[in-house]
Amino acid sequence: MRYYRPVTTVEAVAALASEPQTSRILVGGTDLLVALRHKAVQPKLVVDIKGVQDLSAPITVDDEGITFGPTATMSDVVAHPVVREWFPALVEAAVVVGSVAIRNRASLIANSANGSPAADTSPPLVALSASVTIASVSGERTVPLREFFLASRSTLCGPGEMVISMRVPRPAPGSSSAFERMTRRRGVDLATCSVGAVVDGNGAMTVGLGAVGPTTLQGGPVAPVDLSSQDEMQRAIEALVATATPIADVRAGKPYRTAMIRVLTRRALLRAAGRRNDRGALPDVLGGSSSSTIQADPTIGRRSS
Amino acid sequence: MTASDVQSPDDIGSDQVNVTCTVNGKPAAFSVPPHRTLMDALRYQLGLTGTKTCCAEGECGACTVIIDGAGVNSCLMLAAEAEGRDIVTIEGLGAEKPRGICDLQESFLEAGAVQCGFCIPGQVMAAEYLLRTNPDPSVEEIREGMSGNLCRCAGYQRIVAAVQMTAQKRAIP
Ligand code: FES
Ligand code: FES
Repeated sequence: MRYYRPVTTVEAVAALASEPQTSRILVGGTDLLVALRHKAVQPKLVVDIKGVQDLSAPITVDDEGITFGPTATMSDVVAHPVVREWFPALVEAAVVVGSVAIRNRASLIANSANGSPAADTSPPLVALSASVTIASVSGERTVPLREFFLASRSTLCGPGEMVISMRVPRPAPGSSSAFERMTRRRGVDLATCSVGAVVDGNGAMTVGLGAVGPTTLQGGPVAPVDLSSQDEMQRAIEALVATATPIADVRAGKPYRTAMIRVLTRRALLRAAGRRNDRGALPDVLGGSSSSTIQADPTIGRRSS
Repeated sequence: MTASDVQSPDDIGSDQVNVTCTVNGKPAAFSVPPHRTLMDALRYQLGLTGTKTCCAEGECGACTVIIDGAGVNSCLMLAAEAEGRDIVTIEGLGAEKPRGICDLQESFLEAGAVQCGFCIPGQVMAAEYLLRTNPDPSVEEIREGMSGNLCRCAGYQRIVAAVQMTAQKRAIP
């Protein structure tokens, strides 16, 4: 295995293109180092992109949204006041990844780019209409995140390519979001299933669904319903989870996942809806927005991704 | 160095990487094969065996160090990535103190938090990072901040007490 630290994006993609099948990108390393240790991957070339000077900054805010660079860590996401105000579902997902030490290294973009259907931050990002920009030696292209995932661990970012930024549009006035996840036990576990939900100002609902299909899935948008009506809510939830094709694995059986994805969807929708007039009001337990400390709800699980 | 210094036309990257960085306030230089973790380089090349090896995959926190002010698992980082970075290990915390241990370590001893001791360097580094970012943590915040650090002896109550004790000591000017 060789190690290469390019200083420009052009150098980085040229290196990846020189060995498309046997090179790996290194950013946070929290997945790659574990895979290397278990010989799950045996790259000939590791391209450490943290020294690339022309990469997007970790977090850039403008009037229309936020751009994340590859080096944005989960801790950066959790601590950023505008991310907290605009994308509470993303913050709730980022804060349950691994431990503090893992969040200090783990890359937000890599969490999606690895293409795991159980990635914690992908469901909220899909629901929030995120898009990613992919670079290769032949240029750049931007695709919606919901189209980015092809199959488990397979994405539109092919061999020799690299995701160079992620864009999340500013939420429409009056909308909000929430994230729900279930794990078998608190700590160091992958999601049994997870939901990121966005409820618009007019009540339209969109979800991203994790670990109930080969990829992160989008559900909706569905038209506004009366949130207090059990029947209407049930119909909306059925429509939102219609894309889910849960399977049985070590974490849960199919019937259990099938039931729980509906429970989590309901919870996420109700919390997102309830939060709409109360923007930026993440619970204190997630840490004050002025603080760089990461403080998670101790009752929610965590898992290194 | 950048790896391109040793690159041949058809061979991008290098299979031996020279690293210069700062360890516990002093300059350090070493040469590593690319797959070597920072944890192994600290232990076996720099002789800093206070940083422990346990799971070697980010689950237990025994290998915690502070890099450029952030607590990280040194087993999840290649030594090559340490280029230009400022690393603090357990050996660096109390080096200047009369007994060679820092106030956190004193509190761990006082609280009886040290049982077999294996997890303690990682616990102390995680606690040091926690207190630097949150000088007055609640019990819940301590538990969450240190949830990546496992103790086989399960001395968690006393570990939390030791962190609280240190926060109180540090609050007194
Ligand atoms: S040895 Fe690094 S986390 Fe366990
Ligand atoms: S004191 Fe023995 S593992 Fe923690």
